[in-house]
Amino acid sequence: MKASLPWIGAIAAVIGLPFVFSGGAALSVMSLMGFAIIFALSYNVLLGQTGLLSFGHAVYYGLGGFVTAHALNLIAASKFPLPLPLVPLIGGIAGLAFAVPLGWVTTKRAGTAFSMISLGIGELVAACSLILRGFFGGEGGISTSRTSILQLFGFSFGPQLQVYYLIGSWCLICIALMYAFTRTPLGRICNAVRDNPERAEFIGYSTHQVRFLAFCIAGFFAGIAGGLAAIHYEIVTSGVVGAGPSGFVLLMTFIGGVGHFIGPILGAILMTAMQASLSDFTGAWLFYMGMLFIVMVMFAPTGFAGLLLMHGQLASAAAWRRLLPAYLLAIPALLALLAGVVLVVETAHHLLVKSAEGMTMQWFGITYEADAARTWVALLALLLVAIFAARKVFPIVGNAWNEARLVH
Amino acid sequence: MKNLLRSALAGVAFLAAAFGAQAQIKIAYVDPLSGLQSAVGEHGLKQLQFAIETVNAKGGVLGGQKLEVVGYDNKGTPQESLVQVQKAIDAGIRYITQGNGSGAAIAISDFVSKYNERNPGKEVLYFNYAAVDPSLTNDKCSYWHFRWDANSDIKMAALTNYIKTKSAIKKVYIIGQDYAFGQSVRKAAREMLGQKRPDIQIVGDELHPLAKITDFSPYIAKIKASGADSVITGNWGSDMALLLKAAADAGLQADWYTYYAGGAGAPTAVRQTGLDHRVFQISEWHTNVIAPEMEAFEEAFLKKYGGPNGQRWWYLRLKNQIDMFTNAINQAKSAEPKAVAAVLHNMRHKNALGVEIFMRPTDHSVFQDMYISSLGSGTKYDEEKTGWGWKTVGVIPAADTVIPTTCQMKAPT
Amino acid sequence: MLELVIFSSLNGILYGMLLFLLASGLTLIFSMMGVLNFAHASFYMLGAYFGYQISRYVGYWPGLVIAPVLVGLVGALVERYGLRAVHKHGHVAELLFTFGLAFIIEEGVQMIWGKLAVDYRVPELLNFPAFTLFETTYPAFKLFMLLMSVATFLALLSLLTKTRVGLIIQAALSHPHTVGTLGHNVPLVFMMVFGVGCGLAALAGVIAGPALVTQPAMAASLGPILFVVVVVGGLGSLAGAFVASLAIGLIQTFAVAVNVSIADVIGLVGLKVDSNAFAGDLWNATVAQVAPVIPYLLLVLVLILRPHGLMGNRDS
Repeated sequence: MKASLPWIGAIAAVIGLPFVFSGGAALSVMSLMGFAIIFALSYNVLLGQTGLLSFGHAVYYGLGGFVTAHALNLIAASKFPLPLPLVPLIGGIAGLAFAVPLGWVTTKRAGTAFSMISLGIGELVAACSLILRGFFGGEGGISTSRTSILQLFGFSFGPQLQVYYLIGSWCLICIALMYAFTRTPLGRICNAVRDNPERAEFIGYSTHQVRFLAFCIAGFFAGIAGGLAAIHYEIVTSGVVGAGPSGFVLLMTFIGGVGHFIGPILGAILMTAMQASLSDFTGAWLFYMGMLFIVMVMFAPTGFAGLLLMHGQLASAAAWRRLLPAYLLAIPALLALLAGVVLVVETAHHLLVKSAEGMTMQWFGITYEADAARTWVALLALLLVAIFAARKVFPIVGNAWNEARLVH
Repeated sequence: MKNLLRSALAGVAFLAAAFGAQAQIKIAYVDPLSGLQSAVGEHGLKQLQFAIETVNAKGGVLGGQKLEVVGYDNKGTPQESLVQVQKAIDAGIRYITQGNGSGAAIAISDFVSKYNERNPGKEVLYFNYAAVDPSLTNDKCSYWHFRWDANSDIKMAALTNYIKTKSAIKKVYIIGQDYAFGQSVRKAAREMLGQKRPDIQIVGDELHPLAKITDFSPYIAKIKASGADSVITGNWGSDMALLLKAAADAGLQADWYTYYAGGAGAPTAVRQTGLDHRVFQISEWHTNVIAPEMEAFEEAFLKKYGGPNGQRWWYLRLKNQIDMFTNAINQAKSAEPKAVAAVLHNMRHKNALGVEIFMRPTDHSVFQDMYISSLGSGTKYDEEKTGWGWKTVGVIPAADTVIPTTCQMKAPT
Repeated sequence: MLELVIFSSLNGILYGMLLFLLASGLTLIFSMMGVLNFAHASFYMLGAYFGYQISRYVGYWPGLVIAPVLVGLVGALVERYGLRAVHKHGHVAELLFTFGLAFIIEEGVQMIWGKLAVDYRVPELLNFPAFTLFETTYPAFKLFMLLMSVATFLALLSLLTKTRVGLIIQAALSHPHTVGTLGHNVPLVFMMVFGVGCGLAALAGVIAGPALVTQPAMAASLGPILFVVVVVGGLGSLAGAFVASLAIGLIQTFAVAVNVSIADVIGLVGLKVDSNAFAGDLWNATVAQVAPVIPYLLLVLVLILRPHGLMGNRDS
């Protein structure tokens, strides 16, 4: 019963969220999160499960999207009786079809060579996307309409709410399938190949074949994600096979946490929300994303999932009692650090980029001039004090953790 | 006491109603506001803001309603544009404007058509001020899309009309970026030159990958080998700058007929090459087309939004767009998109140069005078503090820029 | 025709030498630490921008020395406080760290110098045509670029093979632990090599900045090609990087001059392949149109057929 709790919670969340966030833009962002989750999970089949760092995974996502768009147009034109809910499967099969030949070649090598081949293939396909105008549609891309095919039970999938539920259902199905995959013998051997390829060979498994199978499965699910994206946007452009989405899925998966199954899910939700809304608040949002990435790599390489699950392992209330005082001490230092960094970045951004709007800025209720010398002295002093405080406080938190782990 | 309360409540209700009626008419500006293309996107936003402030200062529309522009960052991609347009619609905005990138433009136009079809009574209009893909007013046209920039075929028609008069041009080389725009420039150039000047020899025709070439000297070598005296190109951005640089380095003696030599950063590149009055552009206006109303408007913009680099007003078509929009609202006596669209559909307008421009009802393209100008020394206003500015060498009247369209748009009932 | 061949060769060698300047630093860093520095092209861009800023105060020539030194210092600091902390988390984490670093440098450059290209000018001393062949001039600055690249290569070669420091570095390339037991400060060597590698990239930036446009996109445009060069040449081999850079430089420059497509070749036999055929666009694309894609094709082929690269000796 306890094991099925997260699943019930997930199903309830998917069904219930539109009642909490009912605006059109909110539904749109939640739909984005839906297929971002599938994409990130498929990427983690490669990275977290099999230890393969790919820089060109968007190829299968994008190609799945293109084939789905073409298929939708063909189905509409020939009036083939296939309802929309089954269409993402076409994207998955397309992703699989491309993953088979390209994956066979790519997985011949491992480690850095694998990453470089995936980068090369990604660049190849991205460059071809502007040359092969028939398939990729040139700069305008391929448009399609999700309401133009067979409609069952009166669902036209015109309104965003219906599309959200379609994406949400597929998301749940794919999460279940990929989780099941991690429990299969093949899934476990992928872990073995990741941890010690030589030993896996010794017990009789061809590391090339295992990696190839993992690659195909990752390609299949990436294709499904691409198909859902094509249905959501009703347009697919050549940018979806390029370095942008490839880099973004890496960001999502790593920040969420590669070592845990729910890591990519968390990462996808967080990064999609950030990308959709952070740009409303600050023009320097790309800079913040880069900094977040570096901070995670340096200090929390297990990702947010790792951080959360670390807390989940604390045995009892006594352990928490060891930890909480240290956290309470750390919070002001952390907030000061965050405020210091944000203020420095925002003021610098305002000074350098938005100088035409005048130098007056207002943060936390205080008005100041971005180009005044005393502003910068104050900001840098704040930052230094915050860093100093953080350096004093973090070892205390570390010690509290060590003690907490020893408590039973 | 009861009377006082009652009158106070009545006063508050009256004020609330008055402010409600004064609700702002909002326009969403969906263009790149971060990342590499943001320099162009941000400058466009400033121009839009200034145009609207000017209208509001004169009393707004419909006897007092103000206009407001809200910026949405589409990060340059079509998919993100759709996310932002949905956000704008959710915020109650019914007018979308965009221009940087035909990919995003086609996605937005498609989305707006589908949205209006699925949500009658909540229509949204899309004003396109710079995306020049001809398909937007041909096979992908829509009643809800209006374009204020001459599409690339119209520009080529105007350019070839000018070339028709220049008998010194004998050998032309066409070079462009390998994507929809570059291909349509090449196709239109070949067709129209063939019709208007069959004696001109097209000695070369080249498409290079978009934004990937760092060294254009092999291409310049080919142009030289062909003996061309003129080059036609639609290149923009770094492709334009590097191409011209390579030409200057190799000492290529040819005239350059371009679409975007006026774009951000390009005049600086031209100045570096030293090609004085040999680089031409086709545009609906440039800073040295002097007219009193426009000059005063430009000076006011430069003072308020010019910034440390003294960036001047770029898009006469943005001013045309806002002027025609406000006139349409006043004429329709309503800010409802459907009513405004009905007026814009076949509107004629006298622009800030005192010249009449018109919206063709068949495909919602605006036709206006086109200017051929060359960049060089000795002009009243210069570009990007280089000391070089644009000088008109030819004007093609609006009527001579009209080309047929395949658009079969259906006006709503 | 001869004119085309001569100029294409010159330009190809020039482009190849520029790539080598960048690839040499990257190879050294990779051989030393096993980490492929994703941010290498970003240091190249930083060098160009620093050179530009210096040129605005004291002219171009001081920038040739100051910018690489400054960027080298930045690189050393990044290694000491960034990479070293991430080293314990494994190669993937190091790669990702440099990936995030590339991001931040690009954003930082855009914030400070703006998003448009900056006016980094060729110094007056070199702003003349060096020679004229068949009515086409060749700028003196490009010859200077060529000379600087060759000189740097020779200096690097003699440093690595003829000096004590070079010997220690070569030893640490293959046996870092043994070198450590001999009493040499291996972390310091690592820091120096990373700094010098970044300094080399910055030197390439100062040299190439005036010739190519100095803009925030310059890192992203050269970055992937750089990896192709390093991997095709063989991870860890300086000589391989040299051969690969020249090869790719020449191939790309010559490919642009070729206006033949597969359809043309098939046409010689009498068959016609038009654009509406299956993958018609591909058969009709000329070699010139696909020129920038050729290095990636080469990368994939080499990695399949000769996994260690042309002259490499290390696997992953």
